[in-house]
Amino acid sequence: MSDLKPKLQVEAIERGTVIDHIPAGQGLKIVNRLQLLNNQVRLTVGFNLGSNASRLKDLIKVDDWLMTEQEANELALLAPNATVNIIENYKVVSKFQMATPTELVGVFPCPNSNCISRSEPIKSHFYVRENKNRVQLKCHYCEKLFAKELFN
Amino acid sequence: MSTALYRKDILSISDLTRPDLENIINIAGKIKSGDKTQHLKDKVIASCFFEASTRTRLSFETAMHRQGASVIGFADSGSTSLAKKGETLSDSIRMLNGYADAIVMRHPQEGAARLAAEVADVPVINGGDGSNQHPTQTLLDLFTIHECQGRLDGLRVAFVGDLKYGRTVHSLVQALSLFDCHFDFIAPDTLFMPEYLLDELDSRGITWERQESLEAVMPLCDILYMTRVQKERFEATEYVHIAASFILTADLLKDAKSTMRVMHPLPRVNEIEIEVDKTPHAYYFEQAENGVYARQALLALVLNPEVKGEGA
Repeated sequence: MSDLKPKLQVEAIERGTVIDHIPAGQGLKIVNRLQLLNNQVRLTVGFNLGSNASRLKDLIKVDDWLMTEQEANELALLAPNATVNIIENYKVVSKFQMATPTELVGVFPCPNSNCISRSEPIKSHFYVRENKNRVQLKCHYCEKLFAKELFN
Repeated sequence: MSTALYRKDILSISDLTRPDLENIINIAGKIKSGDKTQHLKDKVIASCFFEASTRTRLSFETAMHRQGASVIGFADSGSTSLAKKGETLSDSIRMLNGYADAIVMRHPQEGAARLAAEVADVPVINGGDGSNQHPTQTLLDLFTIHECQGRLDGLRVAFVGDLKYGRTVHSLVQALSLFDCHFDFIAPDTLFMPEYLLDELDSRGITWERQESLEAVMPLCDILYMTRVQKERFEATEYVHIAASFILTADLLKDAKSTMRVMHPLPRVNEIEIEVDKTPHAYYFEQAENGVYARQALLALVLNPEVKGEGA
């Protein structure tokens, strides 16, 4: 049992993306979002794994899909401190931390059911802003402000 | 006078700068004083009310006709392809874009005017989109305040009633923030100003106070801006109690400054007693009339590269 180190709890991949240091409990939401982006993609998921930085984390490995920084940043509201590792030939070829974007287009529907973006064939569009250490999203169309927790 | 507003969409009061607002007030004043220049001659303007609104529609259309425009459009969406054939708003606007020189629209959904502006090449003027924005109401309010006080800077403006849901109050507070005004807010706890707006005032160094009663603010304010407390937001007994605290009577006005004026976006229900109408403080019917002049000025500025006006 002592040989089973945390990094071996989820099998290594040859080529693809590893999203690491996802706060425990948020992994499933990211999986949902990834499947919306591509429902053919093969995912390996680890929940409540040990982590040095925090006590427990979730981890997602995505085979054969090299996630762009923009795609990663669209997930940043769900896991602001997660890291994204791009893997080629079993090696990390690039690594970056998810960063909250300034705008989110077509990621979440507007929570305001009377917003025009909910009934017209257009993409939702939010501006992300911080006010008194709270992250808020302002809808480009209905101009309403929402706490980021509404989208988690 | 050249206009920075030429061919500009007017969707939200925050789209307008202080010079823009001063320009509109200046032109509206000239029009009210008798300037009959046909600023909209040879223009076709679409007046599209996807939601009925008597006051806004009639004052917009009066403003168009008085300046020589031809007006096309509809007073509610019931008879349009949108309602009958399921056409999207985007497609309806694309079609209107080919017919008119500008589109004035009201719509029951928030963000509709912004979407229309993205689809249309011609300027779009928002006549109200759901609970979101109604910038021309704010323009007529500013014009009215300027008219009765002779200035916009350095005024003390008290807002009374439903300050939480009333877009009229939010937009006017934002616009007056460009001028050096002090605000007093009088509302029940459940209808007080939204926190994000108060934060915005604080961050811009605008001073404001919460007042407990109309009596407290009466000797202090230059403008008393009344709004309707909507019955449906309260239980019947609670409404009777709350509404009674926010009713303006003629008797309350005895402590007011002689120059203080009472405004209200109308329609009123019972928050201003009829007796107040006879006092020199009542200014809400002039305010309603000013809607035509403010909208005339805005249309003239949006549809002309230069607006001189008679005597300019």
